[in-house]
Amino acid sequence: MNTQRSTVNRLSAENVTLAYDQRVIAEQLSVEIPDNSFTVIVGPNACGKSTLLRALSRMLKPSQGRVLLDGQVIQSMPAKKVARTLGLLPQSSIAPDGITVGDLVGRGRYPHQGLLRQWSSEDERVVRESMASTGVGELADRYVDELSGGQRQRVWIAMALAQQTPLLLLDEPTTFLDIQHQIDVLDLCAELHEEQGRTLVAVLHDLNHAARYATHLIALRDGSVIAQGTPQDIVTAELVEEVFGLRCQVIDDPETGTPLVVPAARNARTAAAVSVAKGS
Amino acid sequence: MLVDSPPEPNAETAPAPRKRRAIRAAGLLVSVAVLVLIALASIAIGAKDLSLSQVWHGLFDDSGTYGDVVVSERLSRTVLGLLAGAALGLAGAVLQALTRNPLADPGLLGINAGASAAVVTAITYFGVTSLSGYVWFAFGGAAVVGVLVYVLGGSRGATPVRLALAGTALSAALYGYLQAVMIMDQAALGKMRFWTVGSLSSANDRTIEQVLPFLAIGTILALALARPLNAMAMGDDTARALGAHLGRTRALSMAAATLLCGAATAACGPIVFVGLMVPHVVRSFTGPDMRWILPYATVLSPVLLLGADVVGRMVARPAELQVGIVTAILGGPVFIFLVRRRRTAQL
Amino acid sequence: MKVLTKQAGSARPFRARPVRTRGGLSVRIDVRSFTVVVLLLVAALTASVVLIGTGDFPIPAGDVLKTLFGNGDAGQEFIVNELRLPRVLVGLLVGASLGLGGALFQAISRNPLGSPDVLGLAQGATAGALTVIVLFSGSAAEVTLGALFGGLVTGLAIYVLAWKRGVHGYRLVLVGIGVSAMAVAVNGYLLTKADIVDAARAVVWMTGSLNGRDWDQVWPLLALSAVLVPLVLGNARGLYMLEMGDDVAYALGVRVERTRMLLMLAAVLLTAAATAAAGPVAFVALTAPQLARRLTRAPGPNLMPAMCMGATLLVVADWASQRAFGADQLPVGVVTGVLGGVYLLWLLFTERKAGRI
Repeated sequence: MNTQRSTVNRLSAENVTLAYDQRVIAEQLSVEIPDNSFTVIVGPNACGKSTLLRALSRMLKPSQGRVLLDGQVIQSMPAKKVARTLGLLPQSSIAPDGITVGDLVGRGRYPHQGLLRQWSSEDERVVRESMASTGVGELADRYVDELSGGQRQRVWIAMALAQQTPLLLLDEPTTFLDIQHQIDVLDLCAELHEEQGRTLVAVLHDLNHAARYATHLIALRDGSVIAQGTPQDIVTAELVEEVFGLRCQVIDDPETGTPLVVPAARNARTAAAVSVAKGS
Repeated sequence: MLVDSPPEPNAETAPAPRKRRAIRAAGLLVSVAVLVLIALASIAIGAKDLSLSQVWHGLFDDSGTYGDVVVSERLSRTVLGLLAGAALGLAGAVLQALTRNPLADPGLLGINAGASAAVVTAITYFGVTSLSGYVWFAFGGAAVVGVLVYVLGGSRGATPVRLALAGTALSAALYGYLQAVMIMDQAALGKMRFWTVGSLSSANDRTIEQVLPFLAIGTILALALARPLNAMAMGDDTARALGAHLGRTRALSMAAATLLCGAATAACGPIVFVGLMVPHVVRSFTGPDMRWILPYATVLSPVLLLGADVVGRMVARPAELQVGIVTAILGGPVFIFLVRRRRTAQL
Repeated sequence: MKVLTKQAGSARPFRARPVRTRGGLSVRIDVRSFTVVVLLLVAALTASVVLIGTGDFPIPAGDVLKTLFGNGDAGQEFIVNELRLPRVLVGLLVGASLGLGGALFQAISRNPLGSPDVLGLAQGATAGALTVIVLFSGSAAEVTLGALFGGLVTGLAIYVLAWKRGVHGYRLVLVGIGVSAMAVAVNGYLLTKADIVDAARAVVWMTGSLNGRDWDQVWPLLALSAVLVPLVLGNARGLYMLEMGDDVAYALGVRVERTRMLLMLAAVLLTAAATAAAGPVAFVALTAPQLARRLTRAPGPNLMPAMCMGATLLVVADWASQRAFGADQLPVGVVTGVLGGVYLLWLLFTERKAGRI
């Protein structure tokens, strides 16, 4: 499985070892991001999902192995060229004081600009389109500081869109949002994927959100891939227990027919834990 | 706050709370032992070295021999070093907690500037020339500026940012004044340049008697503030929810810091780095709990100050280097080393 | 002051107006920032003319202009072109360098207080200058070289010591504080070792002064600025991206470490050169970028406005010190120090009123 070499998919990690300082997060990890998919990476806290995303976006250099973008080692490519192919919405972003939505989204055009080509009419058109498709066109002249959390996240997504990359990586885009804004952002992602044909890779906390929106799911635990495939194929009670250590039922989502994870009642779970303890 | 978020609980590195407490208590004991050794060294070492038995004789069986006279002279210097060091460390710890700024030091709140401006005024306009004459001026200047910063910072409504801004603003203006006076009055410059570096060499019993009451009150206040400051570290709202009196805690913290720094600065001149560095370093192994930070800072700051004083006497015999200089030269590299050792995630 | 509280919907979506050519070239001009820059330049030049006319031998502004354009009488010609013009030019260049350097440091350390004095550069340069003054009783030119050397070594040391797979803003400030404390100690030591004449000279230098600056200081500063200012402005767009966090900047294709290193090197050179020429003039590097920003109300490091603001501030402060205390009585650093204090107090009151702090 480690020897498989993608000639089809644009983004993949081959046998990468990922570490911060001496702390190794994942070893010999291989991942393929299917083209034109909405791939979601799930797993418990500290399983390495954000780390994997950082490696895929060349934010973190693997200590072994390589990340390939269009068949080239991503670190060896010119920074701006990568930035025109692959966009990232990180968790840690700072909105400069007193910047308008329009100007912030406009900064997403950086990889397409140069010293003498600072703001072409093409730039302006793309920025307006990005704002329109994320539903922040109305807010264009507002200051980012005054927006709500949900609006602000849309603005950042608009900025990543303005980068016009066929691949877009999102690191927990729904954290800190309330439920209707979470669904809002996910709907937006699905739209970008379906209507604009972009390849999306997102790290999500909520397994049910992942199962509903993803076309391709990667389940990670302790730095290795436990399962990957469409949610319908891989999300089972056994998998959830293996990955998250949670007893549950998997039923069909009454709205969409995708798998829906329902945690077992507290009594059932403690009873099970006791019987497991006795059995062993 | 940016720097010193409590480290994540980690099964491998974090022992159980009880064990951790035992380690910290043991560490504190070791620190006290080190302090005693350094204090003895400070009495023994100087232009003329004494043996330990001579030190013992001088301390407990004073019969007026030459050695005994030397001991009694070095004793007041050592005592002042202990007192001033502890005061600066405590004040720094209180100020860092009060302003929620891990880099706060007495200088940030304008206390050094106030003391310096008062001393230069005393020299130029009141003709004071003796070091012991500076004490009241320095203390007065520090106290006035401490109160002013508190009032400008908004009294009971003071926030960390306001206090820091008020302190920096007053310092700037006062240093401008100080420089102007030193440029126009060469005699003042002649005196000030020695006072500004900070030294223990002028210590005598009278100085100690003068500042002791202020140091005592300040120390008691500071140590009593550990719990309220702990509550305040979690943000104003949480602190209020926990039942802390924010206004009172701020007023008392400012009072404690002003008394401690003012008195220490009055007795030995502005020694800047101790109050910033020691609490900062202490926090890296005690975590954010003021109940540990304060005692550790009280013990380790005089270790640094007295240690630096001893080194200052050893490197330039028979002359000596002022303690303020040695503190920074020795402490600076240690500080940078510790800053570098931290993981980026914590920074 | 009401920078961030505009009514919703009143601003334009894009601050800057694009200027495009048929050939596909395009630049953006922020009208408000552009106006601020022009006004500041006018203010700086006006203040310069007034300052040239100020002194023991006052010259009316008209005569100053006439002399500058080569039509003055011989006496005025000497005073203006040989004595006062170079001094004013040093003031303008030093102010501009400090303003630009300060804006760069504040942006790189992501800290509004990340000025060269906080980072220890000024203290390092002072250590170099004091070494020359106290240990060698060196000439003015030697003092300048000493300060330059001290500043550069300190800047390099801070960068190397703060480097650990990248330079983190906060670590930079911390290491700077450590280095600065050591430099201050060295300076205090040198001052106690000096004889009183050298000590007096040292204190004037440490305050920051333009007295007696001549063409020898103008040319190196001018040459350095001619190289560094275009370099900095050419790389400024990367700095704007860095403002949004390292990750965002990476994602947008900025070579983060390279940009930061280049700009920091430029900032160190600018500040060290300015300090070498005039001494560590307090607060210009700290306040110029902040004041500029208040005028332009633009996000980002506001490099050009900060530069012009620095130049204006220093020349106006020098003029104020000459008017208030008499010609060459007190160095300009005293005035900038006091002005800095006043600025911070004003900031305190207005921000408190606005309920922002």
